[in-house]
Amino acid sequence: MNDERHGTFEKIDDYRWRIPKSFMSGMRVPGIIYADEKLFEDIKHDKAPQQVANAACLPGIVKYSLAMPDIHWGYGLPIGGVVATDVESGGVITPGGVGYDINCGVRLLRSNLTEKEVRPKLDTLVHALFSKVPSGVGSKSNIKVNEAEERKIMIKGSLWAVERGFGTKEDIEHTEEEGCMEGADPDKVSGRAYERGERQSGTLGSGNHFLEVQVVDEVYDKDAASVFDLALGQITVMIHTGSRGFGHQICDDYSKSMVRCLSKYNISVPDRQLACAPVTSTEGKDYIGAMKCAANYAWNNRQCLMHMVRKIFEQVFEAGPADLGMSLIWDVAHNIAKFEKYNIDGKNRLLCVHRKGATRAFGPGNPVLPQDYIALGQPVIIPGDMGRNSYILLGTKKAEEETFGSTCHGAGRVMSRSAAINAKERHTLLKDLEAKGIKVMAAGRDTLAEEAPYAYKDVNHIVEIVGKAGISKKVCRMKPIGVIKG
Amino acid sequence: MKPFEIINHTADISIKAYGKSLEELFENAAFGMFNILADLEGITTSTEMEIRVEALDREELLIEWLDELLFNFYTKYIIFCKFDIRELTDNTLTAKVKGRFIGENKNRLKTEIKAATRHDLNIKKKEDTYEVQIVFDV
Repeated sequence: MNDERHGTFEKIDDYRWRIPKSFMSGMRVPGIIYADEKLFEDIKHDKAPQQVANAACLPGIVKYSLAMPDIHWGYGLPIGGVVATDVESGGVITPGGVGYDINCGVRLLRSNLTEKEVRPKLDTLVHALFSKVPSGVGSKSNIKVNEAEERKIMIKGSLWAVERGFGTKEDIEHTEEEGCMEGADPDKVSGRAYERGERQSGTLGSGNHFLEVQVVDEVYDKDAASVFDLALGQITVMIHTGSRGFGHQICDDYSKSMVRCLSKYNISVPDRQLACAPVTSTEGKDYIGAMKCAANYAWNNRQCLMHMVRKIFEQVFEAGPADLGMSLIWDVAHNIAKFEKYNIDGKNRLLCVHRKGATRAFGPGNPVLPQDYIALGQPVIIPGDMGRNSYILLGTKKAEEETFGSTCHGAGRVMSRSAAINAKERHTLLKDLEAKGIKVMAAGRDTLAEEAPYAYKDVNHIVEIVGKAGISKKVCRMKPIGVIKG
Repeated sequence: MKPFEIINHTADISIKAYGKSLEELFENAAFGMFNILADLEGITTSTEMEIRVEALDREELLIEWLDELLFNFYTKYIIFCKFDIRELTDNTLTAKVKGRFIGENKNRLKTEIKAATRHDLNIKKKEDTYEVQIVFDV
């Protein structure tokens, strides 16, 4: 415990811990962290609980400041943080509750291919993906757009790519928000963001972003898996990236202007990275208009990348789209603010739900879900590290009641990047991955070590907790066989 | 005095920069940031530019300065490695910076930095040395 902490954490049950309001002055609501005893032991020594408490100070926050089990120390909100504010009661929006990589997210494609068919061509496939998909620091896309086209991307999202033949309308139906948030306002985006965005549609980026070829290695819910047309041994592809420099610049621009809002609206926050403005204020509305542009930019980016991946598979396996059957299962945003209605103390309230390193997890029957998934609930795509597993989960009614329809987003780091680079396991990393049958290629010099499996919590443990807490349900588990890192 | 050191941060990358003066602190913070982005060992300079930024206070100015350099790195493709602050007040900064176009130096690139964040940002003076810890979103 450091000096800033007062009071103690309270255990609610086996999977929930409370940070009482007495923990820190200024907290408007308590904090709740989803974790079991073992995981919480690590979490409480991190700075992340302090960040959960900091977020509990935001004006208009409703019920509690939440953190999913993949919580770790970030900036502003912790990674894994979920905060909902009441729009009509002075609730605020904070760029620090969304993050710099606006609409960072994950999409998962299925295929008709099996591991047996892919193994012999795995080297060729991974090399082709690595050489043709732009990745790494400062990489440029083959898709260069002028300002007028960039505005169209901001307004149309995934549809921009589909209209150019980069995908189908079925892809759009299987994307959160159908790949486009309404209300995007390109006039609220700075010239600098335009400049950074003109050459980044269809780029992967670096850091934890990746492209993975995977195999389904466990099926927990056969009925749900059959709706996704998935079975044991089948090949899937996962794409993890966001809005690139375009979104980073928007967060940057508005984090700066929101610092000035603090005195204007007489708001006090314990961390400037939580600088915010009321949702209904001019500054709040401007940020929302720009944030939606970045969200749409990110969906279009993942759509462009998916198109490249499909083309590369067609070339490597000398097969057509119908033979490969590479349809999109689902695409989720895990850094975003959304406007959703929830019943709070018997009243239907419009909330601004910040999810930073957290995934929407709507349950069965939710009217925003497409017809083929409405009986199941929303698919939740959880990437793990490059040596372990990834998951498809389903959202639940309980998540809608308890976590503003949210669940975890991944494994969460446990080791800093510098510690990962210096770890002794680094020397055998590639060999260890190869021994597991995983072929990896990375653009950045240190990316591989920074993103090593040992730097992450075990995603299996994280998924176990959200399952047992009832905020998600397991469908399938995948293991990686080919990995492209930025 | 080290110009900067890398501090362990679970998700992102954090540095602690030092300086005998505020000017030196700002220069070392920029040097630390570009050391995360690229390998600067033995790099020579071939281009230069002037940077001017304004901000609400000293901490905001530091973020503005770093973000201005990042913006130029991403849009002009220049790896900066020499930083000379000509004028510094609590609200304004003028500097001459030198670097090299990414071009043939692509193999020097290391980790993408999305932004310098304001998280827990606090410029302190300990005895005769200024220091500041900065968290970068990577």
